[in-house]
Amino acid sequence: MSWILPPSASTFAGDIDFLYYLILVITGIAFVVVEAGILLFVIKYRARPGRKAEYIEGSTKAEIIWTAVPAVTVVIIGLMSAGVWNNVKGRNSTPRNAIPHQVNVRQFEWDFVYRGADGQLGTADDFTVRNQLHIPVNQPVALQLNAEDVIHSFFVPAFRVKQDAVPGMAISTWFEATEVGEYEIACAELCGLGHYRMRAMVTVHSAADYQQWLADRTAAADEE
Amino acid sequence: MRRLGVTSCLLALIACGGGDGGSGSGGGGGAAAAAAPLGNGSITGMVMFAGSPPANPAIDMAEEAVCAEKFTNGPTDPIVSVTGGHLANVFVRVTGGLPAGPYPEPAAAATIDQDGCLYTPRVVGVMVGQDLVISNSDPVLHNIKAVPTENRGFNISQPREGMTSTRSFNTPEIMVPLECNVHGWMNAYVGVVEHPYFAVTGADGTFSIGGLPAGTYQVEAWHETLGTRSGEATVAADGSATLNFTFGG
Amino acid sequence: MATSAVSLEPAAHTEAHELSFLRKYIFSTDHKIIGVQFMLMSWVFLVFGGLMAMMIRWQLGFPDRALPGGQLLPETMAPGGILLPEFYNSLVTMHGTIMVFFAIMPLLVGVFGNFLIPLKIGAPDMAFPRLNMASFWIAVPAGILMMAGFFVEGGHASAGWTQYAPLSSDPQWTGVSTGQQIWLLSIAILGLASILGATNYITTVVNMRAPGMTWFRMPLSIWALFITAILVLLAIPILSGAAIMLFFDQTIGTHFFDWTDGGQPILWQHLFWYFGHPEVYILILPAMGVVSDIIANGSRKPVFGYHSMVFAIIAIAFLGWIVWGHHMFQSGMNPTLGMTFMISTLLIAVPSAIKTFNWMGTMWRGNIRFHVPMLHAVGFVAMFVIGGLSGVFMATTPVDIYIHDTYFIVAHIHYVLFGGSLFAIFAAVTYWYPKMFGRMMNPALGKIHFWLTFIFYNLTFFPMHNLGVYGHMRRIYDPSQYEFLAPLAPLNKFITINALLLLVVQLPFVWNFIMSWFKGEQATDNPWEANGLEWTVPSPPPHGNFAEVPTVYRGPYEYSSPLVEEDYLLQTRKLSSDFDPAAAGAQEG
Repeated sequence: MSWILPPSASTFAGDIDFLYYLILVITGIAFVVVEAGILLFVIKYRARPGRKAEYIEGSTKAEIIWTAVPAVTVVIIGLMSAGVWNNVKGRNSTPRNAIPHQVNVRQFEWDFVYRGADGQLGTADDFTVRNQLHIPVNQPVALQLNAEDVIHSFFVPAFRVKQDAVPGMAISTWFEATEVGEYEIACAELCGLGHYRMRAMVTVHSAADYQQWLADRTAAADEE
Repeated sequence: MRRLGVTSCLLALIACGGGDGGSGSGGGGGAAAAAAPLGNGSITGMVMFAGSPPANPAIDMAEEAVCAEKFTNGPTDPIVSVTGGHLANVFVRVTGGLPAGPYPEPAAAATIDQDGCLYTPRVVGVMVGQDLVISNSDPVLHNIKAVPTENRGFNISQPREGMTSTRSFNTPEIMVPLECNVHGWMNAYVGVVEHPYFAVTGADGTFSIGGLPAGTYQVEAWHETLGTRSGEATVAADGSATLNFTFGG
Repeated sequence: MATSAVSLEPAAHTEAHELSFLRKYIFSTDHKIIGVQFMLMSWVFLVFGGLMAMMIRWQLGFPDRALPGGQLLPETMAPGGILLPEFYNSLVTMHGTIMVFFAIMPLLVGVFGNFLIPLKIGAPDMAFPRLNMASFWIAVPAGILMMAGFFVEGGHASAGWTQYAPLSSDPQWTGVSTGQQIWLLSIAILGLASILGATNYITTVVNMRAPGMTWFRMPLSIWALFITAILVLLAIPILSGAAIMLFFDQTIGTHFFDWTDGGQPILWQHLFWYFGHPEVYILILPAMGVVSDIIANGSRKPVFGYHSMVFAIIAIAFLGWIVWGHHMFQSGMNPTLGMTFMISTLLIAVPSAIKTFNWMGTMWRGNIRFHVPMLHAVGFVAMFVIGGLSGVFMATTPVDIYIHDTYFIVAHIHYVLFGGSLFAIFAAVTYWYPKMFGRMMNPALGKIHFWLTFIFYNLTFFPMHNLGVYGHMRRIYDPSQYEFLAPLAPLNKFITINALLLLVVQLPFVWNFIMSWFKGEQATDNPWEANGLEWTVPSPPPHGNFAEVPTVYRGPYEYSSPLVEEDYLLQTRKLSSDFDPAAAGAQEG
């Protein structure tokens, strides 16, 4: 049982993790204060014969304190979150140099569409790889999620990215991987009886390896 | 519950609205379970493919290793399966000339297996009401989704190796597609016929329809991408007629 | 009196021997009987929902083993005892549905709304007793219909209790058509029952309070039930409407949620959560209300900050209408809206904190009696805090990106609905049991039940936070499919074992509930030495409740008042210093 987040590997994961730990500390303090207070009170003020409780109806001062402190705290958390949210999900947050991919999502597969040699999506030399996304490290990637049947959700735990793919809606999301390696992609929205197995892999290559992989794939696509 | 019944009927009507007819004639199938064969005649033949067959697409099974390793040369999708000019996976059935039913039901259930993330056989025929046993020989999840237009569809899963499910169809339909959504390339076709006079060509392109009484029959051959071919054969009592079809070219 | 056929006096009904068994116990119009009927119905569904949870847990803890006894299930659900994914999805859907709509909601609103409102405001019955009866007898067939869905071809609804379209709207995506339609019809029918009940509660509270029962002399339980009834009246029609739209999409070919023909899948989410978030407060506000009553009674002190408690209830109910979007942060909704919903959601922490600290303030310098209801009430506060605090994580949009649709959410909702609502229900049932049945529950068994439940509850649900922190998705049939979830397998097993034990330790409660009904110690009128009007009448109260219309002189929480020697002071007890409205009226006349 651990409250530590698993290792992360994307540019904005650090910001999200920081907010998580910040809230963990704040709520942790609140948790300890309240639970310890309850424990203290139930021990200290347990019924004893011949004793009467104090007749106290309330305290305006106390009410003001425990209205104001949580209010200020949550507003601060909200303000701190706003920037991160905007950076990750805001309408114009996708970096201009991001590598675009279309992702055709259906029960229960992810088809990742690559640009091909011409560097343009939506042309004849695009190629598709089932359940495999290959990307270079330290370069942003933008995914255009295209759900073909029901709602799915693109989730890479290591990148702290999650975005629903809704049929009929053009939804894009982006991320930038910071560590070379292989990471699992999961579907996070119940999408039917194969939902639990809607798993794919994202492979983060070094820049050189990525170019090599692309060249191999493009050659293979030409043969077909 | 009554209201629900009405609703289901409503649904069925909507679902049936797309097709034309065919819904009235399916009733006779179930009662004929133990009927004796109507005759001993047969139609046999061969289905050929003329010319050079189209290449079958390769399947990317990289993310399904347990299936990929069942193939030595890399899996392809056997859409047009031609060996030495012989075309497999053609569904051949009698479409006319039969006496009125009831017809004898095939003794055994029809089977279809999922092996190496492909359906084997890819094409299978069943009589109305006959059991279709679907089995899984892969240690991975397959779902089997039937998307008929005349029958009630289903969508079931087999998460483990060795599982079987039995289903049947109650209305004739050429063909009921089966698909697996975990592996989008997996397709199979079930021909549902109101009588037992159908066959599927094997790898050698041959088929044989037995148990026929003497008569002249219209026969149709169906292939999933190449369309249909029709023919006619006259069977003498206890005799055997030959009927060949050619696709392509 | 015996010969008068028609009487407007409620007291005339107290000797209504002439009612047949059927009219008295089955088709009763007595709010107390209807309350008990709702309770028995809800217990049955609570058991169903619990058993479904066990099957879900088994699959998650032991994904490679057949469910013990699963061989008894049909081949379409669990061939050879191995649960099928489609049946698992039905279980997930129905566990949520049953628990929310047929267990927790009727237990809080149906049982305690019915039983407490007339008794606590000094009314002989509900404003519309027949409507009340209709409400129960509409809920029962809705429940039976809901369970029947398991036995139709294609299985039961499996798109989750949230029924997201298009998974729910087109049968081909799940293979479920009849089951899905049954779900929608049942919910629409149950909605009618809820609306009838809510209308009744609101009318009764507004019009039938006894003389002297001013708004700010009402117990917090009644305030909470009153506000809840308003939420029900406004929220349930939205769900019913949405369910009917989905039903039409399924049956007569409308396209409300069909993206291929001009519809919008996300419209369903907006409609569902516009109902769904107020629903969350429907499930927690009455719990907060009864807990406030019980903590004051157990602490022998007035509720700390009564007025701010009332305003906090109203604030939560109001804020509940403008936060639904926080369920949809990752849905593709405009991200700017995400910002708005984040702030409104975070603000709910404020009234929640007020309530929590006021409960603590109530215990502070009290003289706490740990009767079984008080144990559960304190347990409620301790657990609700965890549910509230974990909500801050999800309300924060960037953190929600990661934990959305993971077990963190599952932990959160169970800390609110089990640790919160269900502990409050145990508190309320044990507290008002003597008034309902005229007998006391066994306190020793009650304490055993509380402690074992408290322990295994936490061992079951607390680790779910940790699953979520590691990214464990919810609603997945077999976590062993993912490499990154492999280290969590032991924790999943641990949770499953504790969940099974959590079910087992409910047996003392079941035994206690049933046996005390027949063999429990006779209850006095006021066994907890409480102040409310219900404690001035016999246990159980007669038909019509009050022999004469009670007069109320003070608020409900005058515990340890310096005015009297005892540490409680009934709302109806007239002290020499009290103003007597009846006498004042007589003098003026």
